[in-house]
Amino acid sequence: MSIHRRRFLAALGAGAVAGTAGCARLVGGGGSGDDRPAVAGETLTLTTTTSTYDTGLLDEIHTDFEEMYGVTVDAVAQGTGAALESARNGDSDVVMVHARGLEDEFLRNGYGLNRRDLMFNDFVIVGPESDPAGIEGTSSATEALAAIADSEASFVSRGDNSGTHTKELNLWEAAGAEPGGDWYQETGTGMGEALNVATQQGAYTLADRGTFISQRSEIDLTVLVQGPIEDGPEILANPYGIMAVNPGVHDSANYDLAMAYIGWITSPGAQEAIAGFQTNGEQLFFPEAVSEDPDFQQYVPQGWSSDSSDE
Amino acid sequence: MPIEPVVGLLPGLLDLPFRDGYVSSVIYVSLYVSVTAVALSTLFSVPVAVAVGFAEFRGKRFVKSVVNTGMGFPSVVVGLLVLFAVSNQGPLGSLDLVFTREAMIMSQFVLATPPITAITLAAVSGVDDGVRDAARALGGTRLDAALVVLKEARYGIATAVLAGFGRAVSEVGSVLIVGGNITGADGISKTRTLTTAIQLEARQGQYETAMILGAVLVALVLTVNAVVVHFGDSGVTR
Repeated sequence: MSIHRRRFLAALGAGAVAGTAGCARLVGGGGSGDDRPAVAGETLTLTTTTSTYDTGLLDEIHTDFEEMYGVTVDAVAQGTGAALESARNGDSDVVMVHARGLEDEFLRNGYGLNRRDLMFNDFVIVGPESDPAGIEGTSSATEALAAIADSEASFVSRGDNSGTHTKELNLWEAAGAEPGGDWYQETGTGMGEALNVATQQGAYTLADRGTFISQRSEIDLTVLVQGPIEDGPEILANPYGIMAVNPGVHDSANYDLAMAYIGWITSPGAQEAIAGFQTNGEQLFFPEAVSEDPDFQQYVPQGWSSDSSDE
Repeated sequence: MPIEPVVGLLPGLLDLPFRDGYVSSVIYVSLYVSVTAVALSTLFSVPVAVAVGFAEFRGKRFVKSVVNTGMGFPSVVVGLLVLFAVSNQGPLGSLDLVFTREAMIMSQFVLATPPITAITLAAVSGVDDGVRDAARALGGTRLDAALVVLKEARYGIATAVLAGFGRAVSEVGSVLIVGGNITGADGISKTRTLTTAIQLEARQGQYETAMILGAVLVALVLTVNAVVVHFGDSGVTR
């Protein structure tokens, strides 16, 4: 009986998506008692990064999901490291982060399931117009960082185990440079504050393009090394992934709703909404979940294969 | 004098880039969490302070110094401890309290209790012993004597409650950790307080909006203080 009802509701939901916004409101608003989806009234806890939240993307697109299912999404903006740690403790249902290495570790340890590539933007190396290390126009991010280290020009690091910080540390390693000394400062804050500190000190920093664009009018920094969106090096790509918390590890996780959310946000409709989200007239995130030719590596830790015996 | 710039900032509220209902819901959450925490804390602290103040026992000075030390307890540490308690893996994990207002009330209760207890204790100890003796000599019970002392010490207790409220409403570390600073997609706050909203604006480098929210917070604390002082004075003239 309940299965039939769910099917009926699924069909209703599909109809609402296909129909106009007015129809969707009719189904969502007019539904009372038995007409409402079984998940109605539940809360989905999403832990995510400051870059997705602070740009306003999630508030912009979540209304659609909340209306479709009659649920509430609690988005907690923590930074990649903390977002994964909350999920590891069973305090969230779904995670949206941007550090593939940390995501893979999370998957391998059994905490996450059903990972999907969600969207991407890129990192840019920004700094003062005077460019004391002379990195402007460099086509290699690692060479640019090496030049900053050589000239000991001020560099501001997030220092907070976020996705951006993880990327920065990987870049230093790839550049073969050892960050440290007076010129290298860890702020331990979000991207916005780090950009402000860099402005005030005339320092370089690594920023995600989304936060940089949304704050550009208030800071005095300029992009010196572009990311792949503007034909910069591929190493500055910034892909976001989404995963459900494994209900086999944390039985309190709201797995049904987490999967509904992942299904929704990787659907053509939500992906279009992500593509259409703009700040100051510029697109901040580029969807990549919908593809004719799915990349199977998005579901598993990078480099994993069923033939390998590295588990 | 320091009020003037605050007042000058307030008209800016009218044309701020905040959505409808955002600021009022944030104020509501701030007040709901802090007032509840301080009320619970007062119910707990005042009897404890009176009991400790009346009793003579070995180690009383030690108890006092422990309470005084608690006044300086860092809020982030309290937040971490409460997070460990309410997290899914913690002893209270089954109650599903993480990222809720209830968890925020718990951490603010822990933060507000030491100042309320310590200042109430000082106020009760400051009441002339003769008052208590007179109450007992007139045939009053221990409870009667305690009530008389509480009445004498009411200004001190009001100060204690205000100090506790000030600590609760202005702290950012613990509510950020246990509450998660959550707002719905409709812009209505769930666990975002004025302090965590300010932190969010500052994180994005939007210092002007952060300042305005700060002005709202200062105005809120001033209002609560004025209300409490007003009730204290009307109690005297009656």
